Amino acid sequence: MTGVDVRPAGTVVVSGVSSDAHTWNLVYLQLLIEELGFEVVNLGPCVPDELLVDTCARVRPVMVVVSSVNGHGHVDGLRLIRALRTRVELDGVVAVIGGKLGIDDGDAEQNAAKLVAAGYDAVFADGAGVGDFRALVRSLRPELRPELRPDLRRELRPDLRPELEESA
Amino acid sequence: MSSLDRRRVADFGAFVKAAGGLVVQPRMGFGSPERMRAGLAATKSADARTVGTITLDSYTRVGDHEAVVDALRQGVGLNGYPIVHYDRAVTERVLDGIGGPDFPVQVRHGSAQPRDIFAALVASGMSATEGGPVSYCLPYGRTRLADSVAEWAACVESFARLREVGVEPHLETFGGCMMGQLCPPSELVAISVLEALFFHAHGVRSVSVSYAQQTNHDQDVEAVLALRRLCAELLPHPDWHVVVYAYMGLYPVTPEGAYRLLGKAAELAVATGSERLIVKTVAESRRIPTVEENVSALEHAARVAERSRPLSGPADSATYQEARTLIEAVLNLHPDIGTALRTAFARGYLDVPYCLHPDNAGRTRGYIDDRGWLRWADTGRLPLGRAVSSPRTVTAGGLLADLSHVRRAYDAPHAQVEPVAGV
Repeated sequence: MTGVDVRPAGTVVVSGVSSDAHTWNLVYLQLLIEELGFEVVNLGPCVPDELLVDTCARVRPVMVVVSSVNGHGHVDGLRLIRALRTRVELDGVVAVIGGKLGIDDGDAEQNAAKLVAAGYDAVFADGAGVGDFRALVRSLRPELRPELRPDLRRELRPDLRPELEESA
Repeated sequence: MSSLDRRRVADFGAFVKAAGGLVVQPRMGFGSPERMRAGLAATKSADARTVGTITLDSYTRVGDHEAVVDALRQGVGLNGYPIVHYDRAVTERVLDGIGGPDFPVQVRHGSAQPRDIFAALVASGMSATEGGPVSYCLPYGRTRLADSVAEWAACVESFARLREVGVEPHLETFGGCMMGQLCPPSELVAISVLEALFFHAHGVRSVSVSYAQQTNHDQDVEAVLALRRLCAELLPHPDWHVVVYAYMGLYPVTPEGAYRLLGKAAELAVATGSERLIVKTVAESRRIPTVEENVSALEHAARVAERSRPLSGPADSATYQEARTLIEAVLNLHPDIGTALRTAFARGYLDVPYCLHPDNAGRTRGYIDDRGWLRWADTGRLPLGRAVSSPRTVTAGGLLADLSHVRRAYDAPHAQVEPVAGV
């Protein structure tokens, strides 16, 4: 569909966090990442930490994308990345988180710093475009990967969250 | 259950059918009993034909009662009324002198495992709630469909026994609202009817069937007329009515746009002879609405309804045929409707577009065509023999545009969605 080579460049795991029932953000990310040539395993909303970690251990993704929009992402996401980073077989997997991660926008900087310190390679805060995220995913194509990782940790701050919601 | 005084318990279905015009209802829920009571009182005294709502909080929905206790202890606001946590006397006081035969109150929750919720609402003297084994399972969590079907079956059977003490229990399907948006209407209609049949199979005979306003008024009229015809043909008891929901996707952000969209939902309800409407407010796109905003929405919908007229549209349509095909395919899978529903999802005979639940096949896609109608981009394994649309790839950009289609259309100044001829 994007005219690039047919073979997937690898698998990306997309996931919500344990307390978040939102879906449309995850659907959007799946389509976006598939368009960039990757296969996506989408775990959907309300994902327990161990399900995400076990799935990653099984499918060995090139990247894990966590998205949360209910305001609890800075808590759930922190617990999640600590669990993921204890698994040696997942050493080196790129992990990012984005969305509306806190209840109060004023805490965004601090939340992002904590999340990076705990092991995320990038935090995509609420409110910007999706261009930098797209650039990051594209750069994970095998032929491009080696140069990329080091400078991600500081420079990327765009948005993973299309403005979507709705529940019962 | 024996302590229920049946003279004080409402017959929700009979009340709505005898109301003599469109009944309007909010989606209101507060953590504090005082605020909940004030909200019910304001709903009752609004200048409209109303029924009341107690919407539960999301911790109660998932059965996390410790989180309810923590939130109440810390004074953190809950996003609804924790009916399982409060002693039944507390809820009785919330309802005292307000809820009753002249003002029925429905409990709204969203739980795939609602045993405690059913027990609490019955103990507090209420006899109306909503949901369904599919519609309260697939969109909002990870509960296995088999577990939801089993628990809903047990709950409905127990609820049906209210008739032994002279109370007529009422259940509404949420199946006409799956995912809020981008599910083509034929599947919404099919799931709504199938859930009503599930309620009947487990003993509840007073039911309502939901349908959520989608992206095009003419298509919505076609869908609700199809829903009515299918209920008339398939439901074994005449005590049923239709409830229309104002749009459940991304809501307009301007007050004008929000009122226009709500008004269109009221027109839809009246045009199709629907008996009840669940409203949305101008605050919907930003936060949980206040009591006053809810009352304004109820009264606006009532005024639009008063100047709208029923349509006599054709009950036969492509939507009717598709919905009927889906329903028959599911019912033919097994004589037990719960088993039939589970098998249908396992085989992809029912498959909700964009729903990521592990028990949903996830092979279907919906999109909005250039007339604003919701169409199939991919029917997956749905048993819709002939091609019902031209297959296409839904892109990330296309999905975003479709998700905000209604918001953009109604927020635009002089929106091109003003009254349709004949309504």
